[in-house]
Amino acid sequence: MTSYVLRRVAQALVVLWAAFTLSFVILYLLPGDAVLAKLGGGEASATVTPEQIAQARAEYGLNDPWPVQYGKRLLAALHGDFGRSIATGDTATHMVLSALPPTLAIAGLGLVLAIVFGGGAALAGTYTRAKWLANLLLSLPPLGISLPVFWVGLVLIQIFSFQLRVLPALGNQGPQSLILPAITLALPTGAVIGQVLAKSLRTQLAEPYIETVWAKGAGRGRVHFGHALRNAAIPVLTMIGVVAGQLLAGSVVTETVFSRDGVGRVTTAAVNGQDIPVVQAVIVLAAFFFVVINLAVDLVYPLLDPRVRQNPAARTRKELVHG
Amino acid sequence: MSELLAVRDLAVSYRKVPAVRGVDLTVESGRTLAVVGESGSGKSTTAHAVIGLLPRGGRIDRGSITFAGQELTALSARGWRAVRGREIALIPQDPAVSLDPVKRVGEQVAETLLIHGLESRRSAPAAAADLLRRAGIDDPARRARAYPHELSGGLRQRVLIAAALAGRPKLIIADEPTSALDVTVQRRILDHLGALAAEENLALLLITHDLGVAADRADEIAVMSDGKVVERGPSAGLLAAPGHAYTRQLLSAAPSLSAEPLRPRRETGEPLVSVSGLRKDFGPVRAVNDVSFELAKGQTLALVGESGSGKTTTARMVLRLETPTAGRVRFDGEDITNLRGERLRLLRRRMQLIYQNPYASLNPKLGIADIVTEPLRAFKAGSRKDAAALLDQVALPASMLKRKPAELSGGQRQRVAIARALALRPDLVVCDEPVSALDVSVQAQILELLVRLQEELGLAYLFISHDLAVVRQVADHVGVLRAGDLVEYGRADDVLHRPAHEYTKELLAAIPGHLENAA
Repeated sequence: MTSYVLRRVAQALVVLWAAFTLSFVILYLLPGDAVLAKLGGGEASATVTPEQIAQARAEYGLNDPWPVQYGKRLLAALHGDFGRSIATGDTATHMVLSALPPTLAIAGLGLVLAIVFGGGAALAGTYTRAKWLANLLLSLPPLGISLPVFWVGLVLIQIFSFQLRVLPALGNQGPQSLILPAITLALPTGAVIGQVLAKSLRTQLAEPYIETVWAKGAGRGRVHFGHALRNAAIPVLTMIGVVAGQLLAGSVVTETVFSRDGVGRVTTAAVNGQDIPVVQAVIVLAAFFFVVINLAVDLVYPLLDPRVRQNPAARTRKELVHG
Repeated sequence: MSELLAVRDLAVSYRKVPAVRGVDLTVESGRTLAVVGESGSGKSTTAHAVIGLLPRGGRIDRGSITFAGQELTALSARGWRAVRGREIALIPQDPAVSLDPVKRVGEQVAETLLIHGLESRRSAPAAAADLLRRAGIDDPARRARAYPHELSGGLRQRVLIAAALAGRPKLIIADEPTSALDVTVQRRILDHLGALAAEENLALLLITHDLGVAADRADEIAVMSDGKVVERGPSAGLLAAPGHAYTRQLLSAAPSLSAEPLRPRRETGEPLVSVSGLRKDFGPVRAVNDVSFELAKGQTLALVGESGSGKTTTARMVLRLETPTAGRVRFDGEDITNLRGERLRLLRRRMQLIYQNPYASLNPKLGIADIVTEPLRAFKAGSRKDAAALLDQVALPASMLKRKPAELSGGQRQRVAIARALALRPDLVVCDEPVSALDVSVQAQILELLVRLQEELGLAYLFISHDLAVVRQVADHVGVLRAGDLVEYGRADDVLHRPAHEYTKELLAAIPGHLENAA
């Protein structure tokens, strides 16, 4: 068990390092010059002298050979320093971290809503004996997946803010402002969770061990919640690790639609301005969240499935089976 | 004598397709009725109708099922819940998949007690441990905390028996309760179940495909075919003087009841495969330990053993799909132990493998013509045009060529697998449990086919089986493996009729139908 945990932690660190390295290669080594973009952009372009460019390049450490640049930046990154934003001069780390709380608030609420509604639709849809209700509930996840996030956001604003006037349309003010963005964000994630859980539940309910439970005289509730759900939750857990990453990606669109401050907005601005230190900080932060969530998922696994406790390799096999 | 269960004119269909068409059965308290039949006979459907657990789409069209005077077909969902587990219990077929994998087995036994309010949450664990002990599990308090995957197949089946006994039911339905288990385990479990049933005056409805098992265990036998009971009577009388043609057919096909070889046994010949001092370690586990034998051209050597005995690993080393840790394998005079690369590939032409499960060994996306000619095309030794001749060899019509495996029956698929194995005209065919996934009458046909092909083509068979009853029909020589050791090896008649080793005797005694035969 200890070696299982240690191995997972080591894997997580490797993923973080890979994210940093890959983003370094793409952002710093490929053609495109942030300094030129900054100095050369706008009306000022005429007045920039080669000396100024050289000075700016030296300031950002762009003149060193790339292994030296890579070493310096990796070392700095280990201390949480990704350099200064070219656009604002603030440290990239500070910019990203100060944008984090509002994003975490909608992403966290979004994940909770996704699990509650996605999981709820799947559970109720497979539990109910009314065919029409089952069909209705189980058609919600595919519908949710096919709706574009920005469009859903606009429709929600139209209905709840402009027609009913119950919730604010834009901004970061107060907990009410969380609701619409979180719903928008939860929709695709909840749909995926719902679809995987519904399929997994149906597979489990057809397994022979379920017949054993019926044969003991158990009722629907015991069969469904006491036995099938825990087995069905195993592939869903894997899925949550994957879609949690989507929540961060989704925040880019959501925050733009709802004009909210957050990591999504910072990302958009940094990419548009080729603000490389900030972009890299965002990438590493996103990788960090992805890794932490998946580490948590890996650690919850053995609690759900005793087979993983003894033989962690069994997990991979199960995933193949549930594919 | 009181009739506990009476099934009258029961008819069940799946989405309008009839599966059971007018069945009458009665079971009395303290008695065992065996329902015998092949797959599709409706025996399992009948059993599931009795406990109200027909699979999706299944529906009772007419007839009645009365249990202790109560009509079951009219029960509500709530009514059924009071009957299941408490009045009628079920021991399912495959212990490997019939327990919830994420719950401790003690909890799963205690569940029956809790559902019916027989014990409180506090007292249930001790009661469950006691039930496990009665089902024949040592150290029940410790085993109760185990998860299903930590237990062997036999122990899991005992857990399922304990769970069935928990509600103190009057009738237990045992649906092929041991067919997934090794013969010696099967015997011990059936003995134990019989003893428990006698102790508690339980009625037992035993569903089985094996007339041998039915003959040993049941007071009465009902033979089912095509949704109907074709013959019914006391076991001894029915087996001694079968009245119906189908019963006679089942009897003659049942390997456990016919001891005669399909062709005269051969004693001597020129060796094709010779194996000496073969050993295989998987990490710290020794799977095969110092095994030596010879297989002559045109003959059959059967390797017999239970799960984990090393018989499949041995066969894989002969085929060089596995490299031995120590020992030599010689094939047709040549040492092939360390052969590799192209020479190993060419050797593969001369040795082929037929797998146990014809449902899994054929690619479901390919047509039959492609499947049987694949080895020919791999060695550029022929083309799809040869497919019809290959099928003809295994007595399948050319009209099958365009079909997919899913459109074929189990027996037909195994014939396709045999045709594929023979495509390259091999000298050696390894048959890994070639008939154990098939119905008995199909088993008999496939065994006859294998013997005929051996005569025609001069094939040598290395025949892997756990089933001594099958082995004695086809083998010239027999090797008995236990835990990696070859405990007995010799001419088939010697090993089967004058066994020297205790374990061989135990295996022979465990063949169902043996009790009746000996008498």
